[in-house]
Amino acid sequence: MIPELGHFALILAAWVVIAQSAFGLAGPAFARERWIAAVRPAVFTQFALQTAALAALMYAFVTNDFSVQYVAQNSNSALPVGYRIAAVWGAHEGSLVLWGWILSCWTLAVALRSRSLPEAFAARTLGVLGLVSLGFVTFTLATSNPFLRLQPAAPDGRDLNPLLQDPALASHPPMLYAGYVGFAVAFAFACAAMIEGRLDQTWARWTRPWTTIAWAFLSVGIALGSWWAYYELGWGGYWFWDPVENASFMPWLVGTALIHSLAVTEKRGLFKSWTLLLAILAFSLSLLGTFLVRSGVLVSVHSFAADPTRGIFILTFLVLVIGGALALYAWRAPLLRSEAGFEFTSRESFLLFNNILLVVAAAAVFAGTMAPLISDALGLGTLSVGKQYFDPVFLLPTLPLIALAAVGLHSQWKRGRVAARRGAILTTAAIGIALTLALMLGVWGGAKLLTPIGFALGLWLIASSFVDPIDRVRRGIRLTPAIVGMAIAHVGLGVFVVSITAVESYTSERDLALAIGESGRVGAFEYRLDGLRRVEGPNYDAVRGTVTVLEAGKPVVTLYPEKRNYFVQRSVMTEADIHMQLSRDVFAALGEDLGGGRWSVRAQVRPLINYVWLAAFLMALGGIVAASDRRYRRAEGEA
Amino acid sequence: MNRFILPAGVFVLLVAVLAVGIQRAPNKTVIPSALIGKPAPQYLLPVIASSSPLQAVQFDSRSLAGRWHVVNVWGTWCPECRVEHPVLLDMAREAALPIIGLDWKDDDMAARRWLESLGDPYDVVVADREGRTAIDFGVYGAPETFLIDDRGVVVHKHVGAMTPAVWQRDFLARLPARAATTGGSP
Amino acid sequence: MSLRIVAVLLIGAWLAIASHTAGAIDPVEMTDPALQTRYRALTHELRCMQCQNQSIADSPVGLAGDLRREVRELLEAGKTDQQVRDYMRDRYGDFILFRPRFAANTLWLWAAPVVLLLLGLYAAWRVVRKRGALVATDSFDDEATRS
Repeated sequence: MIPELGHFALILAAWVVIAQSAFGLAGPAFARERWIAAVRPAVFTQFALQTAALAALMYAFVTNDFSVQYVAQNSNSALPVGYRIAAVWGAHEGSLVLWGWILSCWTLAVALRSRSLPEAFAARTLGVLGLVSLGFVTFTLATSNPFLRLQPAAPDGRDLNPLLQDPALASHPPMLYAGYVGFAVAFAFACAAMIEGRLDQTWARWTRPWTTIAWAFLSVGIALGSWWAYYELGWGGYWFWDPVENASFMPWLVGTALIHSLAVTEKRGLFKSWTLLLAILAFSLSLLGTFLVRSGVLVSVHSFAADPTRGIFILTFLVLVIGGALALYAWRAPLLRSEAGFEFTSRESFLLFNNILLVVAAAAVFAGTMAPLISDALGLGTLSVGKQYFDPVFLLPTLPLIALAAVGLHSQWKRGRVAARRGAILTTAAIGIALTLALMLGVWGGAKLLTPIGFALGLWLIASSFVDPIDRVRRGIRLTPAIVGMAIAHVGLGVFVVSITAVESYTSERDLALAIGESGRVGAFEYRLDGLRRVEGPNYDAVRGTVTVLEAGKPVVTLYPEKRNYFVQRSVMTEADIHMQLSRDVFAALGEDLGGGRWSVRAQVRPLINYVWLAAFLMALGGIVAASDRRYRRAEGEA
Repeated sequence: MNRFILPAGVFVLLVAVLAVGIQRAPNKTVIPSALIGKPAPQYLLPVIASSSPLQAVQFDSRSLAGRWHVVNVWGTWCPECRVEHPVLLDMAREAALPIIGLDWKDDDMAARRWLESLGDPYDVVVADREGRTAIDFGVYGAPETFLIDDRGVVVHKHVGAMTPAVWQRDFLARLPARAATTGGSP
Repeated sequence: MSLRIVAVLLIGAWLAIASHTAGAIDPVEMTDPALQTRYRALTHELRCMQCQNQSIADSPVGLAGDLRREVRELLEAGKTDQQVRDYMRDRYGDFILFRPRFAANTLWLWAAPVVLLLLGLYAAWRVVRKRGALVATDSFDDEATRS
């Protein structure tokens, strides 16, 4: 009964979002106040209905209702309750319900926080969001209904994929979707502005905090996913340039460009049409990511259940939403003009180049991700594109970007006055180079060509991030959250660059074949296999190794990697054991019985790797602090 | 025309590529062979089973020179191979072409038992115990079936279980009219 | 990663998951450290044909093990990295190479980021030139707006 209610709530939600978009778009067009007044109640209702649908699905999972096909496929009575809830978004259908619900949350937030905006503008924004909701709800209902019953009910479920039975992964999709979907708000603001044919600095001030918060969610979502891959996939990698990862990274890159472009539009009323285009692009790439992931067009071999119906549905949706927005753009953008001027070394100019480099980086990732598809469509053959392509083409625009940021943070609006800031620029650069030398000569020793470049750029950026806040404090100017947030985010980026450089340059890794009592050298470390024993978990049994890691003859840590055998899914999983420290991670994974009492063991020691994720959280924190700036709240009060 | 139409133009191209992508998605499980139109690899491998009592211990692929033939890559560990086996038996009864079995990374005894219990469609079965010949053929998953012409050139490769329809459409249809008669059983 | 597995789930590719979870640990080492380094690099740029976006270095699938052995033997026989790549490409096509070649059918892919970067820089330069001319007539004052 409950699942049917959930299904019914979703169907009702579809009708309510139709009303939301119709009233939201037609109300202002025909100047009907009562239509406009109906938009917010529609938002509240669809939020309630989508919440009910999600709750119904969760209820089915929590109560182990294996008469629901989706539950039977993705859960099991032995699964802990927490993972039963996370199993809701463990596969396609439930992910869509979650996606729809998160969009309804953002829509609700816009409805509640837009009372100070012009009524017509708010109504149009909510109307556009309604159209996006409509796409997702009908997609769920038409191709991916999670409430389908199984006749007869399954005695027990097939269990959640063991890889997904993990706290980081349980929280990763909601974060990621909150980011993806959050860009829908900037998109809707952009569409509403284009419909009205009016875009001013106030518009940029409304749009900025929404964009920044969505971007912060996306940063955290990507970082959680990467972290999870690192310790759960068990092979020590943290980024694979996988199509699915790229699908989340492209909107992040364009979203980052949008945040910076919005800053120029708000401050100077410049780059208006460019900002609009980025707002459309960021959300389009989120949708495209969904398309690529769900339609199976990119996942080449062994994509057993690639579903063309779903692909065609999303493609149609893409054409309507993105095509519509771009048509609107082609029509309205030429009307936007600005007479503001700026010099080559001004902040506007730095942010312009920042945008170009970020968009080129996103385009390079896009080219690599789409290449197999494009090559196939043009009859140029079947291709693979991996790390060996992405690494260099991504660094091409992003290395200059870091240097640009390190200098640009010292620049001012309109007239750069960079010459006057020469002291600060040179001092920070000197600090960066000095610390790099200290690190490389004192701590780690020489390495690859990019090692000193990465360290110096990252450290220079960190040093530069402090200059403006310190300068303001010294001159007695109040530090606003916007300034502090910006500094935190750029420190985060610097930390990111430094930690990636350290990990890529100084990781020691080796695969060993060890019998009990034997040891093998890995860089400066020694890994000794002390024992193996059988252990039993709730839904698996495992072989657990005892591995002692020694540095200079002294034991550093004892690790217990496991090789697990999950009964229900009948899959073998490697549960690596990682001793996580801020300075380095010591990692061991247990491979297989090689015969003769020997087991294969993967040994890795990675310096500073935890700073990679910490850096992402810093960037997100910076975004949230900046978005809390009072001028955005004041904007509400004033407008 | 203005530069603001450009994004929409790029998007139209993208949609075209994606549409083609969706259309081809169901065929994505198959990676086209790099060997089509190129000489088939040569091999000299131990014989597991042969329809000819005079067959030597080793089989040399050069003995197939001048004849259209089929190479079927299989193994007793491969579930799909069991599925296609009856089709191979029908093909053998038709006797349009010699069928060479390449037993890929398998146990010889298990292979012999398989052929005894399920029937032997092959003219010769050779053992590729270390999987080297399979790599030369660019095999990435059994079963795979190759069609090789009288000049020793690979004409076609089918990935996955053979079906009567595939056999008709992709193999027999590619034979020149007389090959079907002169190919015969050796 | 994360999403990769979500995707794998979505398409129900059970096999691919199995291959991920039981990744390859390859303790066989070549005696010459220089060869071992080249071996590691090469096995990371050859794709496991049966897997989702995994190199033969990371895959436990039998064929990946055979291909690693092949790489090892070719290197021991004194082949260059390029000869090993060509050997694999002759058998498995461009699909096996994670690093697309510089060839007629793949050049666009390598050229795209460079061309886009140049176009982008040119466009930015034009904007800067146009806006530079407007500085004198623009009344905005940064010092005044700092608060």
